[in-house]
Amino acid sequence: MIRRLASAVPTLFIIIAIAFFMIRLAPGGPFDRERVVPPEISANLNRVYHLDEPLPKQFVRYLGGLARGDFGPSFKYRDFTVTELIAAGFPVSLKIGLLAMAAAVLLGVGLGAWAAQRRNSAADHLVMGLAMTGIAVPNFVVAPLLSLVIGVYLNLLPVGGLGDGGVRYLLLPVISLALPQVAYIARLSRGSMLEVLNADFIRTGRAKGLTERRVVFRHALKNALTPVVSYLGPATAAIVTGSVVIEQIFAIPGLGRYFVQGALNRDYTLVMGVVVTYGTLIIMLNLAVDLLYGVLDPRVRSRE
Amino acid sequence: MLEESARHRPGISTRTLLILLSVVLLGVSSAHAAKNTLQRGNGAEPETLDVHKSSGVPAAGIQRDLFEGLVAEAADGSLIPGVAENWTLSDDGKVYTFRLRKNAKWSNGEPVTAHDFVFALRRGVDPAVGSGYAFILWPIANGEEITKGKVKELNRLGVEAVDAHTLKVTLKAPTPYFIGMLTHPHAYPVHPKTLERHGDKWTRAGNLVSNGAYRLTEWVPQSHIRLERNPHYWAADNVRIDAVVFHPTENTSTELKRFRSNELDITYDVPPDQIAWVEKNLAAQFHNTAYLGTYYYALNLTKAPFRDRLGLRNALAMTIDREILTGKVTKGGEIPAYAWVPPGVNRYAGATVPWKGLSKAERLARAKKLYAEAGYSRDNPLKVQILYNTSDNHKRIAIAISGMWKKALGVETELFNQEWKVYLTTRKARQFEVLRAGWIGDYNDANTFLELLKGDVGTMNPAGYANSEYDALMRKAEKETDLEVRAGLMQKAEEILLKDLPIIPIYHYTTQHLVSPRVQGWVDNVMDVHPTRFLSLAP
Repeated sequence: MIRRLASAVPTLFIIIAIAFFMIRLAPGGPFDRERVVPPEISANLNRVYHLDEPLPKQFVRYLGGLARGDFGPSFKYRDFTVTELIAAGFPVSLKIGLLAMAAAVLLGVGLGAWAAQRRNSAADHLVMGLAMTGIAVPNFVVAPLLSLVIGVYLNLLPVGGLGDGGVRYLLLPVISLALPQVAYIARLSRGSMLEVLNADFIRTGRAKGLTERRVVFRHALKNALTPVVSYLGPATAAIVTGSVVIEQIFAIPGLGRYFVQGALNRDYTLVMGVVVTYGTLIIMLNLAVDLLYGVLDPRVRSRE
Repeated sequence: MLEESARHRPGISTRTLLILLSVVLLGVSSAHAAKNTLQRGNGAEPETLDVHKSSGVPAAGIQRDLFEGLVAEAADGSLIPGVAENWTLSDDGKVYTFRLRKNAKWSNGEPVTAHDFVFALRRGVDPAVGSGYAFILWPIANGEEITKGKVKELNRLGVEAVDAHTLKVTLKAPTPYFIGMLTHPHAYPVHPKTLERHGDKWTRAGNLVSNGAYRLTEWVPQSHIRLERNPHYWAADNVRIDAVVFHPTENTSTELKRFRSNELDITYDVPPDQIAWVEKNLAAQFHNTAYLGTYYYALNLTKAPFRDRLGLRNALAMTIDREILTGKVTKGGEIPAYAWVPPGVNRYAGATVPWKGLSKAERLARAKKLYAEAGYSRDNPLKVQILYNTSDNHKRIAIAISGMWKKALGVETELFNQEWKVYLTTRKARQFEVLRAGWIGDYNDANTFLELLKGDVGTMNPAGYANSEYDALMRKAEKETDLEVRAGLMQKAEEILLKDLPIIPIYHYTTQHLVSPRVQGWVDNVMDVHPTRFLSLAP
């Protein structure tokens, strides 16, 4: 385990290095505008932001800042530092992401298990049909539809912004973000549930006279969860990238938009800040998934 | 027995599932915003609220409510006295003396003085501040020299506080549009002590001290910026809206939905593909107004095929059907452009391309002749590349124009799109043949358009155009104090430009807003300025 943790550091370093040099390869700079500024001024700006130094020196400077927890100034949003922008945006994205993830797992596993027990019934076909639709329809289609119907036509929920941060502002973005994952997890857990329900140890459990509730919750579900857990890694990545779209559509002040806008604006420090934040998050979540594996399946533990 | 019945009594009941569902879908309550608060869409997040570092329209709209310059804009965009009650101009047209209002105050209650303006104007040209808009203040004596580092002492800028309420500004040369430029955020005053105390953080809510109708009370990046009425503002009695909240909403479809569900009172824009729907369903709220901007194609005059090919440039310009383009492609009520300077510019009659009066058939015949004279034919067609920055709208226009050229002349066009910053790099290096571009005036004067094509403005000049006759007329106009004569000189310059066609004007921009019926006092105007202090909300 400690070995896994130790390997996270070089992984993160490689991510940082690649991102740092890649974004500098793109033509144009943060201060390029349609209205060309006099060379004296752009020289001044470059000096203030250390863009006149050789790249390796800038990289070392950046790493030094990172070590102190300083992501540097934003090139585009000049009243804020990247650390401040991330501190404002990340909790919002995290909240929406975690809620969407929780909804996806709860509903996905619930629906999947429910359908598995009603195999080939109308209910099963309905759930799986919906799941198929959920996977096929991308969230940039679902989200505007939801906000049009629920927000504009029915006027039940706000269609944009975070307002006072209340639940009603979070519902639509969370649902849009969770839907494809609900669908995927439902299919996944139905499949593994069916497999487990036919296994010998379930038959043994039933033969012992355990209640069906106990058989399903205690024995079947726990084992059926393994593939779902291993899907959590990719699901996190999907939710992170999905949030780029969802935050735009619902005007949510999260981190997602900085990912794309930062790159388009050549806001080097902002892009790096987002990369480091998301990189760390995904590495940590993968570690957590590995740990969870061990809890669910003792064989994984013994192998380590 | 147990096993058999268990099959019909599943472990996860439908009830359990419903409980799970309701855990996720929590209760819905409804509440609505306070009554006397105006909700405005703001396009993008402002880059900064620092008046000397900002450049975009999203920032300017907020700064206009926060600050007040010497001169301000009325509800219809016309110039009205701001902090300056009145002013006089010396006979040689070079020295302005502004008398400041004695009751003008900062949001902390301190008086706004001429010294504050001196401080702000010096900061505006200071190369250390690194402003992209310092040129707004270059008409002031030594302004350009200070920004470019040729004059090191900031106090040599031609501004002087004669006393606390008298400001003397000396210009390099008579500049008739200087008063208009003073409405630009770059010419707003800043509170010197706030800058000294807070440094780079002076624009934060809680730090910012402003002198306009409103003061900054909350700023959550990408979420909203909240302003509340400034009780110390000299005309505070006439300000009727207590608070205004600006919502950055880059996605225009989202903005439209927020307007439709009453979350916004005013939108920043309308999605181009929804204009037809809006015209039909929200006609009373829809404001579509001519704007001070021109959408155009620049032709690279520094190399083949357009260098020294006047006839060819004319042939291409004549075969673009602007009426079809604006009526069927862009559909935003844009005005087909036969001139470079848009209509609605102060004190300027304007010029047009010489062939504007010809019928479509005559234009086509003339274009075909010019095309043939340039050495091209159906068998030996002109092959040309159109460069545009990635956007659906630019793409649709480029496809339509290449179709028109193909049909009329047989020109073979290649469409080439680049992401904005890459496009800027290519454009600066002039590595294009045809370039799509747009220009929005910085102030209401023909000069803001015509100066772009002077021979000495470097890479700003998109086409690499240099005509000594044009440049001479522009230089003469810059020194002319008689406004009529000056307008005539610029008009002559534009006529030359439209004969030479280094750029092909396509349409003049329009601005689109949705304005809720509860907002009163909104006046459409060509500058697209709508200060909140002239608006009010119906009860």
